Amino acid sequence: MAATTTGSTEYDAIVVGGGHNGLVNGAYLAKAGLRTLILERRHVVGGAAITEELVPGFHFTTFSYALSLLRPDIVHELDLVKHGFMPILMPSSFAPMENGDYLLLGQDRDENIKEIMRHSPHDADAMDRYEHDVNRVCQAIKPLLDKAPPNVFGKSPEDLEATAELVSHLRGVEPKVMHDLVRMLTGSAADFLDDYFESDILKGYIASSGIIGTQVGPMSQGSGLVLLYHSMGEHDGHFGAWAFHKGGNGGFTQVLARAAQAYGAQIRLDSQVDTVVTSNGRVAGVALADGTELKAGLVVSALDPRRTFLELVEPRELPGELVDNINRFRFQGTSAKVNFALDGLPRYPALGDRSDQYRGFVNIGPSLTYLERAFDDAKYGRYSQRPYIDGAIQSIVDPDMAPPGKHVMSNFIQYAPYHLKDGDWDTEREKFGDTVQATLESFFPGFGDLVLHREVVTPLDIERTVGLSEGNIFAGEFLAPQMYFFRPAPGWSQYRTPIDGYYQCGSGTHPGGCVMGAPGKLASQQILADRKART
Amino acid sequence: MVNTTPFHERLSELNHTQLWTHWSGYLSALRYDHSAKHEYFAVRNSAGFFDTSPLYKYWIRGRDAERFLAGVLTRDIRTCRPGRAHYTLWCDDQGYVLEDGVVFRHSDSEFFMTTAEPNLGFLTDLIGRLDVSIEEVTDEYGMLAVQGPRSREILAKLAPEIADLPFFALTQAKIGGSAVTISRTGYTGDLGYEVCVAADDALPVLDEVIAAGEGHGLIPFGEQALLMTRVEAGLVLINVEFSSSRFAFTDHDRVTPKELGFGWMLKGLDDDSRPFIGRDAIRRELAGDTSRWASVGLVVDWQAYDRLYRDAGLIPPKDETPLDWESMLYDDDGNRIGYATGLMYSPMLQRHISLARVRPEHGSVGSQVNIELTVNHKYLTVAAEVARPPLFKPERKTA
Repeated sequence: MAATTTGSTEYDAIVVGGGHNGLVNGAYLAKAGLRTLILERRHVVGGAAITEELVPGFHFTTFSYALSLLRPDIVHELDLVKHGFMPILMPSSFAPMENGDYLLLGQDRDENIKEIMRHSPHDADAMDRYEHDVNRVCQAIKPLLDKAPPNVFGKSPEDLEATAELVSHLRGVEPKVMHDLVRMLTGSAADFLDDYFESDILKGYIASSGIIGTQVGPMSQGSGLVLLYHSMGEHDGHFGAWAFHKGGNGGFTQVLARAAQAYGAQIRLDSQVDTVVTSNGRVAGVALADGTELKAGLVVSALDPRRTFLELVEPRELPGELVDNINRFRFQGTSAKVNFALDGLPRYPALGDRSDQYRGFVNIGPSLTYLERAFDDAKYGRYSQRPYIDGAIQSIVDPDMAPPGKHVMSNFIQYAPYHLKDGDWDTEREKFGDTVQATLESFFPGFGDLVLHREVVTPLDIERTVGLSEGNIFAGEFLAPQMYFFRPAPGWSQYRTPIDGYYQCGSGTHPGGCVMGAPGKLASQQILADRKART
Repeated sequence: MVNTTPFHERLSELNHTQLWTHWSGYLSALRYDHSAKHEYFAVRNSAGFFDTSPLYKYWIRGRDAERFLAGVLTRDIRTCRPGRAHYTLWCDDQGYVLEDGVVFRHSDSEFFMTTAEPNLGFLTDLIGRLDVSIEEVTDEYGMLAVQGPRSREILAKLAPEIADLPFFALTQAKIGGSAVTISRTGYTGDLGYEVCVAADDALPVLDEVIAAGEGHGLIPFGEQALLMTRVEAGLVLINVEFSSSRFAFTDHDRVTPKELGFGWMLKGLDDDSRPFIGRDAIRRELAGDTSRWASVGLVVDWQAYDRLYRDAGLIPPKDETPLDWESMLYDDDGNRIGYATGLMYSPMLQRHISLARVRPEHGSVGSQVNIELTVNHKYLTVAAEVARPPLFKPERKTA
């Protein structure tokens, strides 16, 4: 992508941060006719959604690695298909087990039933009931995802109306669905799954989605919320389905960048914003780290809440309660990546020479106990000795990711607490990589012999490279007090800030993280509505 | 007893579903994988191969072969040079479409033709005194379509001469010692080729292709994935978009080339040197502007579609398998104005799309029509916009 720069120093809108939400936000603002500039600190847009050719011919999804929650309306409204949007089906899910067996699910319901019956005849129909119940919960709350949360603390007619609308929507939800919703929002993934399943492998496989990006174990209260969040993706109309974007999520953010530019947005790379400039309580523009000043009456931060409120502006200019809330906002990144260039496909002994098991995720989280033990380490400030791994050999579904016959494997790892009790990540990085590789070796004997290159990405690396505080992949954990009209703080969930003309559009706002785009879009709607109200 | 194609032995090993259809009396894979969508993405993102051997195949040879075909086919075969192929139609004397097919011109006097229905009797009866011989050779050849962005790279490893092969051109080549004809043709609307090989050599050639595709994501694909790609590509299918006039009881079941979207084939109609079957009727149709249909693509309004289902308490289905029945089309006043065929959710376009025939006054790009759907056992309609097919048209297809 060619970054466009001009000599202009004045814009209608400046978006700070060229991650996916910044790009979405900038694209919508430009589409609405605003002269929009998107500023990215690095040499490439995408934030945590980038693809890098670390070894010639091998393309790594360094950070985020798949698509599910991306809002379909964004695809249409920003005409992304025209710019190369291409989410490729990942047709299978493979969950190795410690005894050498496995759970391999695919696109055929009957085959899946047979496969589940191999582990537990009881769970075959439980899977259908579980999916249907969760789908109904997703269907009930989906409208809340696609709208700014009401300000339930506000007294304006608009606030009261929005709150009444929410209450009215919730009153329309059936009692069972509402009860399931509340059980998921407040309870543990383990408790919820115990109601349906008896088999360890199924529970482990499903509960894995309940721990992503948040320092909770599957038995912790709160993991139900994370599980629900990850069930709400609706790739190609299927709740909970995932896709691999052509060229990785970096391929996706390049699509977004092209769309934003097509609407007239300018993207300026290697441009770190030092401060958001204000004047008399109103935003006036930004000052770059190199001293350049750029003027705009509208500045949107796509950074996380800590950077948005405590670093880009002077916290002294903000209400004390907001500053307190942001100070206690929990980041504590707990996820890492260990990515590999491989000389060939790993071999799973029970499957012989088969390779169709690698066409989707490889989920190493074979039981609730396995996951909970992995979490136990993190509770005491250690990384997991037997970590949870969400792997994906992406060159299988997209051969352009690696040279013919070779492969790239992305591995999302938990738990890797940002705050290590002993040592620091710079010294622990490779030892941690060894731990992950040893875990893979235990499931795929001979794995190490395939490794051509290894990339270890710790929470510290995520923070340093992407700028996400404490390396939290969601720009703030998914915990009930940090969601919906509390995200990122009570009273400030509608993308505004106390500074007139200064807005927030990152994953630290509603609905939250994942490559979803909703914060970027909803923020643009709020901004445009506020501008309209003003004129 | 159903027949099998020359590739069947290997394809059967590869067919994990063992789901087969009967296509012209041969076993044809519905899909090899439990997910047809996975096969579809191979065609759109890497490469897939499809066994198209059940097509009827004819050699048409002789000093008068060109003259003969020019009089039978709707599209002027005289403009097809040796080494090129034509997608074409043939009509009855009322100007209604009998069938479509592809003619591969091997030399001045040798043509190879593939068709969906048997045509030997029809063709032979038209020879008259011309110096033409027609040979039915369906079982003598296997045809393998290799389609997708990587198809060129894969096949060029085996037959370097195809690297520069233009769209709808063909060349003789050798794959692992076997003589083949490779044409840059296909039914997916993507970059792609078809390999025609003597039946006895079919298996070794297939094995060479499979080996060349290793590491390139090459997989076999079945009819289900093919039908998805062909709707996106705007390619018509007999007994879906049209019926052969040969079997029609009323004119409702007949279409003219223009009505089927092939006005572009109708060049040089006033040239008296080519009196082809149906010419007079087609000229009358064009002169009188009497076409009853316009063939178009439809793109469903995604918001209206979602709303329709959500209001009914349902999750909007996004099924990539084309419907195999007609969906009625209405104007805003509820008048029936046409019918859609192959309504499907396109994963590449992220929309529901369809092919359709509408009354000509509704056929301009951007016109709005309403498609009938069944929601909760009730007929409802959803808005769609008329677009020009192919709805999916990657540059690589013809580049």
